[in-house]
Amino acid sequence: MAFLLRRVVFYVVAAWVAITVNFFIPRLMPGNPVDTMMAKFPSLQPLALKALQAEFGGGHDGSLVHQYLQYVSDIFHGNLGVSVIDYPSKVTTIIGQTLPWTLTLVGVATIISFFLGTGLGILAAWRRGGWLDRLLPALSFLQGIPYFFLALLVVDAVAVHLGWFPIQQGYSQGLVPGWHWAFIQSALYHSVLPAFTIVVTSMAGWMLQMRNVMITTIGEDYVLAAQAKGLSSRRVVMTYAARNAILPNLSGFALSLGFVISGALLMEIVFSYPGIGLTLFNAVTSDDYPLMQGIFLIIALAVLVANLVADAIYVLADPRARAGRAG
Amino acid sequence: MAAIVPLGARGTERLVRRRKRAGGRRLSTKARVGAVICAAFVLAAIIGPYVAPYDPSVQSFLPGTVLHAPDAAHLLGTDSLGRDVLSQLLVGLRTTLVLGLVTGAIATFIAVAIGVSAGVLGGFWDEILSLLSNVFLVLPALPLLVVLLGYLPQKGETATIVVLAFLGWPWGARVIRAQTLTLRSRDFVAASRETGERTWRVIFFEIMPNEVSLIAASFVSTVLYAIGTSVALAFLGLSSSSQWSLGLILYWAQNGNALQLNAWWWFAPAGLAVALLGTGLVLLNFGIDEIGNPRLRDASGASKIGGKAWRPSDPTPVVLAGSPAPRARSFASAFSRRSAPGATAGRAAAGQGGRS
Repeated sequence: MAFLLRRVVFYVVAAWVAITVNFFIPRLMPGNPVDTMMAKFPSLQPLALKALQAEFGGGHDGSLVHQYLQYVSDIFHGNLGVSVIDYPSKVTTIIGQTLPWTLTLVGVATIISFFLGTGLGILAAWRRGGWLDRLLPALSFLQGIPYFFLALLVVDAVAVHLGWFPIQQGYSQGLVPGWHWAFIQSALYHSVLPAFTIVVTSMAGWMLQMRNVMITTIGEDYVLAAQAKGLSSRRVVMTYAARNAILPNLSGFALSLGFVISGALLMEIVFSYPGIGLTLFNAVTSDDYPLMQGIFLIIALAVLVANLVADAIYVLADPRARAGRAG
Repeated sequence: MAAIVPLGARGTERLVRRRKRAGGRRLSTKARVGAVICAAFVLAAIIGPYVAPYDPSVQSFLPGTVLHAPDAAHLLGTDSLGRDVLSQLLVGLRTTLVLGLVTGAIATFIAVAIGVSAGVLGGFWDEILSLLSNVFLVLPALPLLVVLLGYLPQKGETATIVVLAFLGWPWGARVIRAQTLTLRSRDFVAASRETGERTWRVIFFEIMPNEVSLIAASFVSTVLYAIGTSVALAFLGLSSSSQWSLGLILYWAQNGNALQLNAWWWFAPAGLAVALLGTGLVLLNFGIDEIGNPRLRDASGASKIGGKAWRPSDPTPVVLAGSPAPRARSFASAFSRRSAPGATAGRAAAGQGGRS
């Protein structure tokens, strides 16, 4: 029970912090975002000015507490304001169009990279000193290289020079998004290269962590006892050693989702992928403050939901967490 | 590196033994390569701006100096505005490295303060501080930075350092807290409390010296994270455009279509410099990990018994006098079902210890 309670408190506090940070960013920054926007877009209606002031606190109606309560109530009513660039469209509509792209691609790529990295980590630890294990210092190069640099090189080599995959975009121009085969095929084809770059750069981290925990686990007496019983190597590796060694990797998975999102942001910018990261970047470069803030809030909350899922899996995998003894 | 103290009794014993044998050599090859790379970069960052052949921002449109491949006058060529790429690299390296080190220092300071306090105080304060670090851990750093810097009219280094440090401490704090919790229950800490040592003395002289390798690892990984993120931000055009940094070179190269023009000398050196620096830091962290956890050390750190190298994780070797080598091999294959008696020497070495 204590474990569950602690997690619930964590999620509530984390969501509150994300919402509050989002509320205070425009108010603490130097300059007045509303004036900036009005100067930049002289065609904005007086009604839009009112809406912006309500959102960013530029006007003089109500105290900070009142503004805050209004802001929180707006969020709970699913009202994140209106985009300035794309004037009458709502921020929630824009996010609704772009979020599925990011979720699908980044979600699938992250799961592939986690399983591949963990599996290779198990192998490297079990065959200590084998070719895979000796390859590890080379993998640290993959960890050190800036993601966007690698992605640009891959695009240049595979897409520009060899022409095997499209250079950018999420689907071919001229196709209408929908559930028909031509579109799905095109979307899949366009997602191969972005997914590949995410897997390659993030896999090394999972692999190293799994290998290091696994090596420590292999040294435990119960693994030696399992070997001495004459169990098959496969069984000793998977059921005895890896089953225990994977727990730190699982909790690490939950905790590093924030970093995964950061990688996705760069991926979408390099590939001009029609996801939420590219939209955020475009909003920033064109001073579309309402869209910027809405997207940050959604990203922060999405990371929390992903954390919740990873938490649930952890509880399933670790009997101690189920019994409520591990924090 | 000399300041790093090994963790745990087993590590100390092994290190002392190795130091006697090898005369002060205590780091694995990986860690030494990493240390050499990092030292080279620090040196380049210190002397770089003094030895840079040109002013990195001076443009030149004379024929033959625009987007020119490397030659004797410009060792790394010029960009599309005729600026010297090598000078940009030498000047920019210092900015990037200083940003990483300052961020790492601030974030590690916060991590140690929060981690040790949570571990020592325990109870209610531990719950609060752990909650705080978990919450900061899930705030997505890069999107937050992008939004914050989007609001700032002047995008400077200071803002980036503050936000990166503010978001970069929780990993270290978690690890240090866990270590403090285990140390707190050890006998030597209890003994020092019994003898009437003050709490600050217990913290600074009993607990923290045993966490030096963790603190160092946390510092190195925060520097890595700060350099990676700041380079990415500069690449996106969200950094000061008057101060040269490795990310800014890549930003200009990307905006000038360096890849499409095949101007490799423009984009490759800065990207490779970041990659190499990152690799050095990762390798250095391997070494620090190995000091903290003796089981991770490679075979060169293993003791030699009966003419064979045994790693700390191997089962206790049983070696009979007289015929050491064959004995050891048959012991190794006793646990293994797949390795046939006639296995080649290479396979026996790879699967040694009965884990094939």
